Amino acid sequence: MATEEMEQLVRREYTQGFVTDIESDTVAPGLDESVIAFISQKKGEPEWMLQWRLDAYHQWLKMKTPSWAHLDYPPIDYQAISYFSAPKSKDDAPKSLDEVDPKLLETYEKLGIPLHERAALAGVAVDAVFDSVSVTTTFKEKLAEAGVIFCSISEAIREHPELIKQYLGSVVPKGDNFFAALNSAVFTDGSFVYVPEGVTCPMELSTYFRINAANTGQFERTLIICESRAQVSYLEGCTAPQRDENQLHAAVVELVALEDAYIKYSTVQNWYPGDEDGKGGIYNFVTKRGDCRGDRSRISWTQVETGSAITWKYPSCVLRGKHSVGEFYSVAVTNGRQQADTGTKMIHIGEGTKSTIVSKGIAAGNSNQAYRGLVKLGPRARGARNYTQCDSLLIGDRCGAHTFPYQEIGNSTATVEHEATTSKIGEDQLFYCRQRGISEEDAVSMIVNGFCKDVFQELPMEFAVEAEALLNVTLEGAVG
Amino acid sequence: MSEVQAFIDRLEERSAERRDVVSEPTWIAARRQAGAARFAALGFPTKRDEAWKYTDVRRISEGDFALASDADFSKATAATLTLPLDAIRLTFVDGVFSAELSDLAALPSGVGVEPLSQALATNHEAVGGTLGRLTGVEFSPFSALNTAFNEEGAVIRIAAGTRVEKPIVVQFLSRANAAPVMSHPRVLIEARARSQATIIEHYSGEGEAANFTNVVGEALLERGAILTHYKLQEAPLNDLHVSSLHVDQGRDSRFVSFNINLGGALVRNDLIADLNAEGAEASYYGLFFAQGRQHVDNHTLVNHNAPHTFSDENYKGILGDRARGVFNGKVIVKRDSQKIEAHQNNANLLLSDRAEIDTKPELEIYADDVKCSHGATTGQLDEEAVFALRSRGIDEQTARGLLTLAFAGEVMELVGLDAVAERVERTVAGKLPERFNLAGLVELAALSEDSPQQGE
Repeated sequence: MATEEMEQLVRREYTQGFVTDIESDTVAPGLDESVIAFISQKKGEPEWMLQWRLDAYHQWLKMKTPSWAHLDYPPIDYQAISYFSAPKSKDDAPKSLDEVDPKLLETYEKLGIPLHERAALAGVAVDAVFDSVSVTTTFKEKLAEAGVIFCSISEAIREHPELIKQYLGSVVPKGDNFFAALNSAVFTDGSFVYVPEGVTCPMELSTYFRINAANTGQFERTLIICESRAQVSYLEGCTAPQRDENQLHAAVVELVALEDAYIKYSTVQNWYPGDEDGKGGIYNFVTKRGDCRGDRSRISWTQVETGSAITWKYPSCVLRGKHSVGEFYSVAVTNGRQQADTGTKMIHIGEGTKSTIVSKGIAAGNSNQAYRGLVKLGPRARGARNYTQCDSLLIGDRCGAHTFPYQEIGNSTATVEHEATTSKIGEDQLFYCRQRGISEEDAVSMIVNGFCKDVFQELPMEFAVEAEALLNVTLEGAVG
Repeated sequence: MSEVQAFIDRLEERSAERRDVVSEPTWIAARRQAGAARFAALGFPTKRDEAWKYTDVRRISEGDFALASDADFSKATAATLTLPLDAIRLTFVDGVFSAELSDLAALPSGVGVEPLSQALATNHEAVGGTLGRLTGVEFSPFSALNTAFNEEGAVIRIAAGTRVEKPIVVQFLSRANAAPVMSHPRVLIEARARSQATIIEHYSGEGEAANFTNVVGEALLERGAILTHYKLQEAPLNDLHVSSLHVDQGRDSRFVSFNINLGGALVRNDLIADLNAEGAEASYYGLFFAQGRQHVDNHTLVNHNAPHTFSDENYKGILGDRARGVFNGKVIVKRDSQKIEAHQNNANLLLSDRAEIDTKPELEIYADDVKCSHGATTGQLDEEAVFALRSRGIDEQTARGLLTLAFAGEVMELVGLDAVAERVERTVAGKLPERFNLAGLVELAALSEDSPQQGE
């Protein structure tokens, strides 16, 4: 087959790699109590928040880096990372788009995210996170009208301390795991969403994360709370500039769904995956967990993971409420020397709880990817159901695809099904398309898109388009 | 560590005098030392070890086990326990060879079946070549323990081109001793090129027994060899049972494993096949039925080390009361092992709310031109099927019993030996919680069959 052409395409440079030169207010690399105090002070946080952070830091000090994942990377020097970086223009924060640093806007343009355009046309409120500080938030008024709070987490800590005190760390405790503890100690920003009782959020909420300043770890903290009968759809998308230094990203996302609430959380992740030798690239260690606290609540995770050198991510659902529903739809694409260890946990506690897992992994080049999942059904989860499907597609003979599904079932009324397949794109499928005049590349694209369709159709419209485009770019020509 | 050292010291002491009697070749002494050192370093596995995450071995580590010194066993009991098969038979009682209960008369030519002690006495160098080649001290703490304290076992050698008509039964009987005993037997199988044989490892014993068996098996399948291996484990309900079987497969060899576990309080099985050359094929079929507080842990691994190799696996588990089942099936496809096919399935039936199953079907794949799949399901009996049977006048308990048997049937119908199939079906039927006498039904079916009666 057209190996040369394939390699050429696979070797394509990361088109979204560029560095915007914005003066950063950066703290010297290293982590100790004074750095945490600095962050807390910079953010204008109350004393209890600082204590909360320090407590997390002390727990983190006692922890070891997890080694169970199917990943291979050099140890991270946590003292070589700078834990705070904020765009300089922070002090006179812009009230509207016109006031935003034009250079910043330019960055968004390059990324293909015309902020105002998108906001106006698609009716999406964008809380754009540039590095670590929320720069601008649109459509606040409209949201305020509905009673929805959508702001940066720092703002929420200042403005809504009672909600933060009640919910922050209630899904992912401070000491949950190594990276969550680190995040709890040093998180600099992120989004906060609160949807009051009975309210369906009038628009899809969206945040674009972007890592910029060199040597800055990105520690986002997102908290979404849906009161009874409330609904929200949240979109998270990311791209990052090219860089040689590995960047650490350890985010924590917490979702709380009360009675009859529905949270839909979608992610498109396209951070810099490193060059063809695996140099550079983002280390992405994320803890995402949703808590279906109320009866009949529902949390749905959808993710398209195409970037990062290392992905360590397991969006999970704790199905506490009776008849609550957890969903996980994932497409993970790895190429070059990318490594991904991703999957989900579905913890069924309540009666009649249901979960669905659909995971599609595509590995090309020298990449390795693993699906790692846990389905646990407790003794009280009578009549609980799980359906899991995880398929892997291998493109090329130097990559690896692995599946590690754990199932712990302690209930005789439960039904658990797991299916997994691993294969390559069939020669006959390709031949069939080619024979009908479809170029090989288009045929591969078609087959891969078909392979991922179950997941793409779960994405909101705007994202689905972006995701398909991303997938094509990542895999173009990588025909086996 | 002190607990482990105490365990070793006790064992050393108890086996010391016996070993003086047998003057051992130096290589065995060296192996024993390596095994003991390795075990001392590893200690007993804990739940922190990924491979033992769901299995607690404290009942073994905290146990005080003696070593059996004779092979006395009630003939009448042995007769009921022994499978009614016209077979070549090797019997061990608490790990000690029993010539009386063995049947090694008239071995066909090309077939060697003898106790390990005898094989060592005749030509220890011939044994040394293969013993420990596949399962060394590194494999697990229990294999290290076995290496250190192994005394007896079975050596089965099938010459090239030999087709063994009679099944070869290696029988392990567990006795109701005053104090519990332990044994660390080895089973060594050498199937030379194009040979064909059926080997049955059968574990059973007296109801009140509470012994610990730690068996390590190694099987070598040369080019074109076909080996059907049954493990029928119906050990007494208080027995502790740890076993491993490692199979090395040459070109075009075929290995079929039936791993049937019905007895034991704590059971852990490791089954590994290395498909080392093209055309090698491994099929794993398993059935476990646990009740009360039984704990059955099955770990299986298939290494596709060469292109054009095939594996197929189907394990079925039935769990009642407070029993716990563990299934961990792993398939590894090495880089450049193209054109392989690997399928794996695990289905479990939970009969009680307090039963638990932890299943983990894993795939690790480094080649792209492969067809691999795995599936795992857990659930209860299909209520519609129960209803369908009831609507035909079958009472609920019988319906449930029949459906449970049918669930096991998918594996059992592949069993080629009637004596084994019948024994298992009867035991499964007898274990059903519905207290309906399905065993009678099975008997009735057996009587009404026109097929000639098997066995003695």
